Amino acid sequence: MSAETAVQEVKKSEPLFSKKNRKLITNPLDIDNPITVQVLGICSALAVTTQMKPAFIMALSLTVVTASSNAAISALRNTIPSRIRIIVQLAVVSLWVTLVSELLKAYVYDVSKQLSVFVGLIITNCIVMGRLEAYAMGNKPWPSFLDGIGNGLGYGMILMIIAFFREILGSGAIFGFKIFEAAGIHYQGNGLMLLPAGACILVGLIIWVQRSINGYREH
Amino acid sequence: MENLINIGIRSIFIDNMIFAYFLGMCSFLAVSKKVKTAFGLGVAVIFVLGITTPINWLIQYKLLTPGSLAFLGEDFASVDLGFLQFIVFIAVIAAMVQLTEMAVERFSPALYGALGIFLPLIAVNCAILGGALFMVNRSYTLPEATVYGVGSGIGWMLAIVALAGVREKMSYSNVPAPLRGLGITFILVGLMSLGFLSFLGFAL
Repeated sequence: MSAETAVQEVKKSEPLFSKKNRKLITNPLDIDNPITVQVLGICSALAVTTQMKPAFIMALSLTVVTASSNAAISALRNTIPSRIRIIVQLAVVSLWVTLVSELLKAYVYDVSKQLSVFVGLIITNCIVMGRLEAYAMGNKPWPSFLDGIGNGLGYGMILMIIAFFREILGSGAIFGFKIFEAAGIHYQGNGLMLLPAGACILVGLIIWVQRSINGYREH
Repeated sequence: MENLINIGIRSIFIDNMIFAYFLGMCSFLAVSKKVKTAFGLGVAVIFVLGITTPINWLIQYKLLTPGSLAFLGEDFASVDLGFLQFIVFIAVIAAMVQLTEMAVERFSPALYGALGIFLPLIAVNCAILGGALFMVNRSYTLPEATVYGVGSGIGWMLAIVALAGVREKMSYSNVPAPLRGLGITFILVGLMSLGFLSFLGFAL
């Protein structure tokens, strides 16, 4: 009996993937992108993108951390005293980051070595904190979870674009596969792309292209 | 002594937090519109980095590394608390930032107003946690860690003041509209980072 009423209640409330909820995922991909519009999480976006593989692992880790800490903080939001909320948020985030970091060490040790301190730095990644403050503190767990996924994907998308250009121009490869060599073309890697400077200039250009397309302007 | 000077110089110019590792970029981009505020935030970062790095060093090597709890007795000799590293480091940093915030509010209310939200956000400035993690990664000794902390702070301040100076001048130039703001700032940082490359290979 009680199970039936529970099912009825779910039907009455908003569907899990309503239009509003889908927006939570699609908006951060373009007009509300965490990197190019909200200017969050730049540090790691530039540091881990010399190759596509570590960039992919990083994007995945960040999506997991953002989504799960968003959901956790949102579930706790009414019990957290506002004066100490930052430290509570940091504690929850570092719990998730520790879990992810141990998992990476166990299953993809070489990538975890390559990412070095940057997995730990997800704790201070502004995307995580920014979304906790701006969204999870005022919304229900499920939308917060989706918001975390969306922002993680938006971040991952930019990360993969940067890593693609840096790896193909810098060392002539995609995911470690030397495509120019395989095609029989000699390609001299462009060292600038492997340097931090190249990444910065590349991000500047990506922002330029994106804003030319979607019309976003800053004054 | 020579080693310490070397680490200091390296952390300011060659391993610059911003231009070599991109740590602390969020506040670096957001607070670099005026030289005066940039300078204030820079000083706060030097202070927090200079204090938290040695404290975190003590915690890492006196409490967290396997075997460091041996003084509590036989049973504790093999305890490895390494997995607590992140959470302990961030707690220390958050506490120190709170202290800095109170000090700034007391001694310079004007600066306190100008820095606004970015003062408490030093707690989540990657440069601070990054400094602590790099210090462990490179197995520095306590004096080395202290010099490294202060040096990286100075390097960070140098970078943000330089960028603020350029951006102040840039407000008079005619930048293409979609590139305005964030886009051109990124390209600027890239060019400045190229400039800092000239310090590469500099050693005492």
